[in-house]
Amino acid sequence: MAAFLDMGGYAATVWPSYGVTAVILIGLLVFSLRQLAKRREHLDALEAERERSRIP
Amino acid sequence: MPSLLHSLASPARFQRISARVFPWAVVLAAGLLGCGLVWALVFVPPDYQQGDTVRVMYVHVPAAWMSMFCYAVMAVLSVSFLIWKHALADLAARASAPIGAAFTAVALITGSLWGKPTWGTYWEWDARLTSVLVLFFLYLGHMALSNAFDDRERGGRAAAILAVVGAINLPIIKFSVEWWNTLHQPASVLRMDGPTIHSSMLWPLLIMAAGFAAFYVVLLLIRIRSELMARRIEVLQRHRAAEGA
Repeated sequence: MAAFLDMGGYAATVWPSYGVTAVILIGLLVFSLRQLAKRREHLDALEAERERSRIP
Repeated sequence: MPSLLHSLASPARFQRISARVFPWAVVLAAGLLGCGLVWALVFVPPDYQQGDTVRVMYVHVPAAWMSMFCYAVMAVLSVSFLIWKHALADLAARASAPIGAAFTAVALITGSLWGKPTWGTYWEWDARLTSVLVLFFLYLGHMALSNAFDDRERGGRAAAILAVVGAINLPIIKFSVEWWNTLHQPASVLRMDGPTIHSSMLWPLLIMAAGFAAFYVVLLLIRIRSELMARRIEVLQRHRAAEGA
């Protein structure tokens, strides 16, 4: 396990590369999902309001 | 291609197709990336010259490929928007830019980390590195420009023109390693005479690349759906403002 983590002496190159990739790509995924959820909530509220205003 | 774009241009049809494709893309992305990561980190042998630093290749190269592929898609969408005024093409291009910027950032940062032990430097202003940095700024420019106008369509058009003009950078990136002297190695997979890297390294690389591509589809579908909602919100708010006036 220690040898695996050491990456032949290049741990400081290999692990940050994978770490940065994960942070950027998963970060964008999470950001996009949260933005989608927020917009859906906003849209639902607007459509409900529109429905209400139609009912005399 | 134009007929495919035309058939996808209807938001309703897009939503239907996207709902069907999305779960498959999620499963493919998770499966391929899971398999590719284990293969790349555990089973691939260290390179005889570069040792274990070669493992950076399995994130760097797919990210670099996707950074260019994503731009090519954005440029085609922009042409479609400029010529046929497909609103969905504009939304898809807006949805693509942050994804492309993310892949380009990954390629630049991992390349820089890989450069230190192999080239002795994190950065060099040579043709390949500089042209990829320009690609990153093109994505940022697209994101800024598409939101720079109160009139959404004007912003979309300006950003689309930038995307089309910026496409000239793609062949420059691809051939930079042949046209100029650079620290970056020439292509070893996408070559006319076939790949020059050993299959023990090529296969996991292709699996990771396919995983990145599936992840791109997942992100793109989520972001296009989100852009569709943003447009609908804008329309409803305009209606509300008009009714209130």
